[in-house]
Amino acid sequence: MELVRGAEQTLSQKLPQWIVVTLVTLLAFFLAVGPASSAHADEVGTEYDFTISGNVKNEGEPIGDVRIVVDGNGYTAEVRTGDDGKWKVGVPERAVYNVFLDQNTLPEGIAVLEGGDNQQVEIGPGGSVVKNFFIGEGERQTTSVADQLISRLIYGLNFGLMLALAAIGLSLVYGTTGLSNFAHAEMVTFGAIVAMVFGVILEWPMWISIILAIAASAGIGWVQDAGLWAPLRKKGLGLVQLMIVSIGLSLAVRYIFQFAVGGGTIQLPGSGAAKIPLFGAVALSTIDLASMAISLVVILAFALWLIFSRIGKATRAISDNASLAAASGIDVDRVIRIVWILASMLAGLAGILWAYFRPGIKWDMGEKILLLMFAAVVLGGLGTALEKLIGAIIVGVLVETSAMVIPSDLKYVGALSLLIIILVVRPQGLLGRKERIG
Amino acid sequence: MDWGSILSNTAQQLLSPATMAFALAALGLAIHFGFAGLLNMGIAGFMAVGAYGYAISILTFGFPWWGAALVGIVASVILAIIMGIPTLRLRGDYLAIVTIAGAEILRLLFLTTANQEITGSADGLFGYHASFRAANPFPEGTYGFGPWTYNEVEFWVLVLGLILLGLAVLFVWRLIHSPWGRVIKGIREDEDAVRALGKNVFSYKMQALIIGGVIAAIGGIVYALPSAVNPNVYVTSLTFFVWTALLLGGAATVFGPLLGAIIFWVLQAFLSNVLPALVSSGILPFVTSQQAATLRFVLVGVGLVLLVVFRPQGILGDKRELTFVK
Repeated sequence: MELVRGAEQTLSQKLPQWIVVTLVTLLAFFLAVGPASSAHADEVGTEYDFTISGNVKNEGEPIGDVRIVVDGNGYTAEVRTGDDGKWKVGVPERAVYNVFLDQNTLPEGIAVLEGGDNQQVEIGPGGSVVKNFFIGEGERQTTSVADQLISRLIYGLNFGLMLALAAIGLSLVYGTTGLSNFAHAEMVTFGAIVAMVFGVILEWPMWISIILAIAASAGIGWVQDAGLWAPLRKKGLGLVQLMIVSIGLSLAVRYIFQFAVGGGTIQLPGSGAAKIPLFGAVALSTIDLASMAISLVVILAFALWLIFSRIGKATRAISDNASLAAASGIDVDRVIRIVWILASMLAGLAGILWAYFRPGIKWDMGEKILLLMFAAVVLGGLGTALEKLIGAIIVGVLVETSAMVIPSDLKYVGALSLLIIILVVRPQGLLGRKERIG
Repeated sequence: MDWGSILSNTAQQLLSPATMAFALAALGLAIHFGFAGLLNMGIAGFMAVGAYGYAISILTFGFPWWGAALVGIVASVILAIIMGIPTLRLRGDYLAIVTIAGAEILRLLFLTTANQEITGSADGLFGYHASFRAANPFPEGTYGFGPWTYNEVEFWVLVLGLILLGLAVLFVWRLIHSPWGRVIKGIREDEDAVRALGKNVFSYKMQALIIGGVIAAIGGIVYALPSAVNPNVYVTSLTFFVWTALLLGGAATVFGPLLGAIIFWVLQAFLSNVLPALVSSGILPFVTSQQAATLRFVLVGVGLVLLVVFRPQGILGDKRELTFVK
């Protein structure tokens, strides 16, 4: 321990280097083994019930050691074809998956001739599907790195806008009550599930379902504050206690969702719609475009509301100093009630968009992005909605673009590391003012 | 309803490896949170490092089982230092978010297919038992009585787990009643006051983080001893379950984590047996047995909320020694 004691004095100045060094060492340790493990099995995920398989052949000749990546619904697996050209991947759910064939691992002069190197498959009624690529001699139509980057950037922007919508509510609640609300993730899931109940089970038009889902979310926000958080505030529970209460609530509600909708994935109507090529390698579906537009409009409207309306001003006053706000005649409890309702509505809307983005509704879909929401809030710092938007977009773009250089099942690691680094080095956020540190 | 088998399955859980692993992890967390006031939400990460350290050392590097266990422990010390240096200055909820993110990063690194050769990716690691079983001092046969009947391998795991648990409890008991224990409790109550007495708060917190982390990692090893290591175990829910067990027994107590872990697992075993039985005998209508199994996790969440609100000191805790001071 002498070492630590001696180093402590200079630590505060050296902090960034320390963290970077430790994190890089940690990452390097794990990533260093990546290239060494090229000899993958030709069958992975055999513990799952559903399978995707195929046979890579050129004019009847099997091609071995071709890299195939299957991903979708938050699951990623990678195989190499065996000497017989065959490959098989087990997947956890009956859903739509992307199958990617890495053309760089094909022999010279051989390419995927039709449909591109990234194709979608859906698990058939028998629980399995066969995906064969049409391969032959020809020019490779691979997308260039620049095109890939642009397409990833736009994908990340879409993700970031959705994340911002979810994160604003989290940070509003944190700002006004000091609560780090872990149950916010379940508010996200709730919106998607209500939309599913109306849109899929009752088969009502989707726009009505979405409006009803947002209304139901508002109701849940009101119920939560009136039934749980306001009484607990009156009881005088500490912030740490409140945080653990939110963890308990999150667990309970998440498993209630699993109880209600089961462990599988349910698609909303219209998801998986055809992608329209726009320019370069960028192709977006109408739902992607609508999702981005909705997020942007709602966030801007909300930012203006926060800056100019009376309640918005009161919200910011409470975030600054609750006692002072109360003393100047602001009804703190009423404003906090409104904040909970708004936070819940925004989370519900974000949940519906997240259900289209993933794609699919699952009982723990909100929890999957909870830490990314925290990252967006921390990055933006306590401040206006627009700062949160920037924070969330950075997180979204980082998640999507980092998948180009690191394995795609590690794409959240960059954002999580960023969360840690920002909290340690600059807890007021990238754009926050220093006096805001708690 | 076969009450005989339900009760017998429940009684078994009293002495299961999972219960002992939880008790150890909760004991480690008691040092972090109960005594030093560190809001560590990454306890699953410490357990994972212990379990993976143990399994990888045997499978990849061919260590004997005791050497592998030492590697798991050393790995947890390293994790504590890496996590602690940047984060120990942060206040409560910031520390919670940083540690939860750290544990999640670790899990993703264990899960990724890029490290498949070493970590087994989503399949996890298994088949590392030869060395441990070869060291078994108990001859072949059955041991125990009633629901607590074991073959020689299970008995060996049980005895070793109980010895480790006993040593850990004794160690923590001595530690907390030493001058060192008084200092870290002082840090929990008022960091600045302790600093004013000339103590190096950062160093004490780091020591607490390391000691608690090592005990949690031993818990992870005990969890891995009889069965397999699977990345889906070390999720944030595991952290929350350990927290529930800890708060149930009493965070600032030595025997609380033990009691909490036992109650947690016995209740889990009872519910996971009785709920499906209720469904199949038609007492719980409109519910499938799969749904019934998720109900017990709903109860964990509700229990956690009620505990924190109505009895934050836990069953064995003293109200004057509330750990939620900040």
